[in-house]
Amino acid sequence: MKNQIQIILKDRIKDVQGEKVKKIAQSFLNINTGKVKTGKIFNVMYDLKEDQISRFANLGLRDEIIHDVYINSFYQDTFYKSFVLVAKQPGVTDDEGISAQKTLIDILDLDLDTNTQHIYTEDIYLFEKELNEITLNKLAEELLGNKLIQHFEYGKFTGKVEYVPEVQIASDNKQRTIDLDVDDDTLQQISKDMLLSLNLEEMKTIREYYSQDRTRAIRRQNDLPEEPTDCEMEVLAQTWSEHCKHKEFSASINYKNLETGEEETIDSLFKTYIRQSTEIVRERLKKAGNNWLLKIFTDNAGVVKIDDESVFVWKVETHNSPSAIDPYGGAITGILGNNRDPLGTGIGGGKLLFNTNVLCFGPPKYDKKLLPGQLHPKRIFEGVRHGIEDGGNKSGVPTVNGSIIFDDRYSGKPLVYCGTGGVMPYKFAGVNSWLKPIDDGDLIIMAGGRVGKDGIHGATFSSAEIDEHSPQSAVQIGSPITQKILGDYLQEAAERGLIKCSTDNGAGGLSSSVGELAEITGGAVVNLEKVPLKYVNLKPWEIYVSESQERMTLVVEEHNKKALFELAEEREVELSYIGNFTSTGFIDVRYNDKKVAYLDMKFLHEGVPKKYMDAEWKKPELNEPEILSNLDYNEILIKLMGSNNICSREDVIRQYDHEVKGKTIIKPLMGSEGKAPQDAAVMRLNFNSFEGIAISNGICPKFGDIDAYEMSAGAFDEAMRQIISVGGKLPDINDDTNRFWTVNDNFCVPDSAFDPVTNPDGKLKLAKLVQMNKALFDMSTFYNIPMTSGKDSMKNDFKSGDIKISVPPTILYSMVAKIDDVRKTVTSNFKADGDLIYILGETYNELGASEFYKLFGELGANVPKVRKEKANRLYKKMMKANEPALIASCHDLSDGGLATAITECTFTGNFGANIELGTLSDIGIDAALFSESHSRFIVSINPKDKIKFEEILTKDTFYLGKVTSKNNLTINSKGKKLIDTSTNDLQSAWEKGYK
Amino acid sequence: MKKVKVLIITGYGINCEEELAAAYKLAGAESKIVHLNDIFLEKESIHEYDILNFPGGFSFGDDLGSGKVLANKMKYKKMESGKTLLEEIKVFLTQGKFILGICNGFQFLVKMGLLPNTNGSFEQEVTLTINNSAKYEDRWVHLKKNPKCGTPFLKDIDIMPCPVRHGEGKLIIKDEEIKTEILERNLNTFSYCDSDGKITSEYPLNPNGADLDCAALTDPTGQVLGMMPHPEAFLSLYNHPNWGQMKRQNPEISEDGDGLKIFRNIVEYINCKDH
Repeated sequence: MKNQIQIILKDRIKDVQGEKVKKIAQSFLNINTGKVKTGKIFNVMYDLKEDQISRFANLGLRDEIIHDVYINSFYQDTFYKSFVLVAKQPGVTDDEGISAQKTLIDILDLDLDTNTQHIYTEDIYLFEKELNEITLNKLAEELLGNKLIQHFEYGKFTGKVEYVPEVQIASDNKQRTIDLDVDDDTLQQISKDMLLSLNLEEMKTIREYYSQDRTRAIRRQNDLPEEPTDCEMEVLAQTWSEHCKHKEFSASINYKNLETGEEETIDSLFKTYIRQSTEIVRERLKKAGNNWLLKIFTDNAGVVKIDDESVFVWKVETHNSPSAIDPYGGAITGILGNNRDPLGTGIGGGKLLFNTNVLCFGPPKYDKKLLPGQLHPKRIFEGVRHGIEDGGNKSGVPTVNGSIIFDDRYSGKPLVYCGTGGVMPYKFAGVNSWLKPIDDGDLIIMAGGRVGKDGIHGATFSSAEIDEHSPQSAVQIGSPITQKILGDYLQEAAERGLIKCSTDNGAGGLSSSVGELAEITGGAVVNLEKVPLKYVNLKPWEIYVSESQERMTLVVEEHNKKALFELAEEREVELSYIGNFTSTGFIDVRYNDKKVAYLDMKFLHEGVPKKYMDAEWKKPELNEPEILSNLDYNEILIKLMGSNNICSREDVIRQYDHEVKGKTIIKPLMGSEGKAPQDAAVMRLNFNSFEGIAISNGICPKFGDIDAYEMSAGAFDEAMRQIISVGGKLPDINDDTNRFWTVNDNFCVPDSAFDPVTNPDGKLKLAKLVQMNKALFDMSTFYNIPMTSGKDSMKNDFKSGDIKISVPPTILYSMVAKIDDVRKTVTSNFKADGDLIYILGETYNELGASEFYKLFGELGANVPKVRKEKANRLYKKMMKANEPALIASCHDLSDGGLATAITECTFTGNFGANIELGTLSDIGIDAALFSESHSRFIVSINPKDKIKFEEILTKDTFYLGKVTSKNNLTINSKGKKLIDTSTNDLQSAWEKGYK
Repeated sequence: MKKVKVLIITGYGINCEEELAAAYKLAGAESKIVHLNDIFLEKESIHEYDILNFPGGFSFGDDLGSGKVLANKMKYKKMESGKTLLEEIKVFLTQGKFILGICNGFQFLVKMGLLPNTNGSFEQEVTLTINNSAKYEDRWVHLKKNPKCGTPFLKDIDIMPCPVRHGEGKLIIKDEEIKTEILERNLNTFSYCDSDGKITSEYPLNPNGADLDCAALTDPTGQVLGMMPHPEAFLSLYNHPNWGQMKRQNPEISEDGDGLKIFRNIVEYINCKDH
């Protein structure tokens, strides 16, 4: 029998959440709800007695100070004229229900199943105003929930709630076979109907494999149908997905540069530029006898050496498509999934140290009509932010820095980059922690969450563009608590030497994790009936490719099985022994001893046909605009400070825990009032020493509108200079102190496969991608900075009918570098009255794609260029100046140029600045103030260090003026006043921003 | 000299155990991080230790309200011996030992009835719930010590900067009677204040809108301390958001963070008491 319990705030208690709903309904949807009262309903499906329910409700659920409780009845008051009930769709994660189950067994001292859902929670909102159905529906779908994952009821509350999202699936675990002996159109239709995302050539390759005599003979011997089973098609589609096989980064590209007339064939962007640059750096390191680069490209995340005791492991990747349709679920699943990469590298069980994230959205005040299936950028922003908040905070991983970029072209598909770093001991029980040894016969053990229909086709879905019919099974909600418990368990098990190695279950589920590990031994047998399910009647193929979250696949030796299971029981982690690794050369998937998939490993992993693509670069015809000469620079600076891409992110930053673990030394905002934005984040690694790391992100897609090469090089420089700014040191091949630098490169581009009808500018887009890669190679090999891991996301387009919103080609370089002593790092804010202010690095007339031009709706042509030799010289001098701590503050220049950077340095209590541009304005005042030339910094120094500082920096520094104790910024050019304004006004414009 | 023994509980989503262990190590004590379930399984006994600590985190993801599921576990879940952990804790306290709860640990101490526990009946008298901002926030605040409060944890502290990192830190007191008890017996040990030490309810100086602007509570014995802010996140000067300027103004400034004082105080107090 169903029992319902409602927990609701006593009338005298302020309903904070209700007030928030009221406020946002008004400001975002323009709906006056009147007073809002919130409540929670628990639908309890366990068979319990009346006194048990009462005890559970009153002791277990109610907080007696603030709550009233109703059992099998609901709070009603005629004051509230309408309501919305938000329930979950069947099968959607309901953590609160699970937690209620756990507390129920503690309170009632019962032994009941808590692994599957028996308590379903629902939220109820009561509104003072009598609202019509359309308005209530709007509230429900656009503010309180997402119809893809939630069920709504609304109207006038009658005191009854009937809906319970129990999962009911008709029993049908019959296996289908797929007839591929059909014409091309039908083949393509099969791929489309089954959501396989396989193209015609790939479908034909599969047909060819099944028609081979050898394949047929093997299938007969193993009692399998001649035609592929549904499970086999799903496994092939998952393994061959763009997400898993990176087909476009492996493609052969014919690249024509119409600007230079050159033409070349590039055999795989990945091999030619990314892998090759890192191999070159590795060779140089090896030659010099230094080997901190422990693992590149071959595992879930790259690994570098910190010292003889520990290694650093990290990964950055994207979760764009899911975030476009369910921003909260997409982001939290992204962040938790990304956490599992360092957790599942090598043996696994590392300790997570930090999260970082970079987000690209449409502008918050986007006012174009929304297309079917498109969510408002502001809603995506808030949902993603909330997902990152919960994903990081609830896992106890500090979110130490990040970046948010607004551009109209991200309003279809946002980019959500999540990064996570962790530390592993150098050895677990005597074995090097980053290795992944597996032998024939080792056990396959699944750990963590149960399997349901959630996330089926995630791997193939992310390889397709989004439209209004995107499948809702692609949506998942992560459960940070489940993963935290799993992660803690994994650490303990690894420390005790109980696991041989591990990997995570992400896109493609078991099919991907087992399939990839099986490459090490050359085969595996999996028994799908052993996999614990969230609910009954899943088909075997669904179990195998489901992407249900918070799961790891462990490789275990038989003799450790007992201890591993005992520990799991004590830590409340569910384990299941689902198969063994073999060396048969086949992936052998069974359900109750019947084979449901039997695939040749070689065909599975190497059979995907190579892609051939065309790229053609044509320089865009661009000119520098004419900008008025009598500008009011005070007004311009105020506007710039409040512009989308410059203004304060404090509201977002404060909702992330950026200092749990007590190791964050440079946080995103510093200074006496915690307002001054910083460059790289700095963390110490432990409490015994002051050794640490700096973490940075470089991304500047806007420059790609003029020149994709310079955009990519500029993003690389941006990430580097942030680390130099806080006092980091350039890599040195000959340095033997493991002074590592490690980069994750993340490409997010629009569909770049040419098609005369659907993608006529595909060749140009691909040419931009080629150039971005060339810049990566040049920067990496010049500075000896290796790419240790990365990701590409190739189809970032949102389609609705004939309209397509494509992201601009975007690359994010995320960098981590070792810091000898975090106490010697440098923050951006000014430190003392009278300190001398300098600009380091040369300023050019490079206003192309600048924030300044954007104010006038112009793009321009003079894109900032990276001059690596000059930058290298400057960075070395800064390292020298930082040794004796000559630099008191340092801030790198980026969006908005010199004027905005100096302004930001004043956001720390009672400082201002007096600046004289002098000969700097010879390139023009606009350029001097707002050019976004790379490799530049605003520094301040103690006047007593003037001589020493200038001796080191020589011609790379230019004196600008002094820090003052007045809240005022003046900038003059050869005596002429350009800017004279209160720093309080500048700060308040910056804080108000897009709000 | 025998070292003070400190037990730090972890598991189920608790996540500040390592920095708390570091705090006690720096204060000269010997600490052990133990999974809560190992105590329920009676593999570890709290009675082997001098100080019992409940760190911050998100136990059970804050489902059903912060600290609630964990508090229920302590109050109702039977151990092998048939006792609840709450019963063991009562014995622990009668031996004059100490308990510290920070953030999520504080939330669950109040829901378990250990704080403020005005009449020793271990009944819930206050709660910690959703901030008035309706937001989780990480920001640094100033705390003013109630000069009359007697808990040894806070000896010689007056104003302390410290980070808060919570979404449910607003203290709500059950009724006027309890409020009077708290005030008269000086159980409100820390209040949110401005940088000059003036107690305030102004947001964001008071980040959550707590009754009495209260950030921390003790019990009438002074043995139990619960606080929303995180002193274990201020063990080093370099945790402070303005360390750069502070160091410039005073090059001789101590590299220890102010939060460390709390741990040094209690370790020193136990050392003196025992010897």
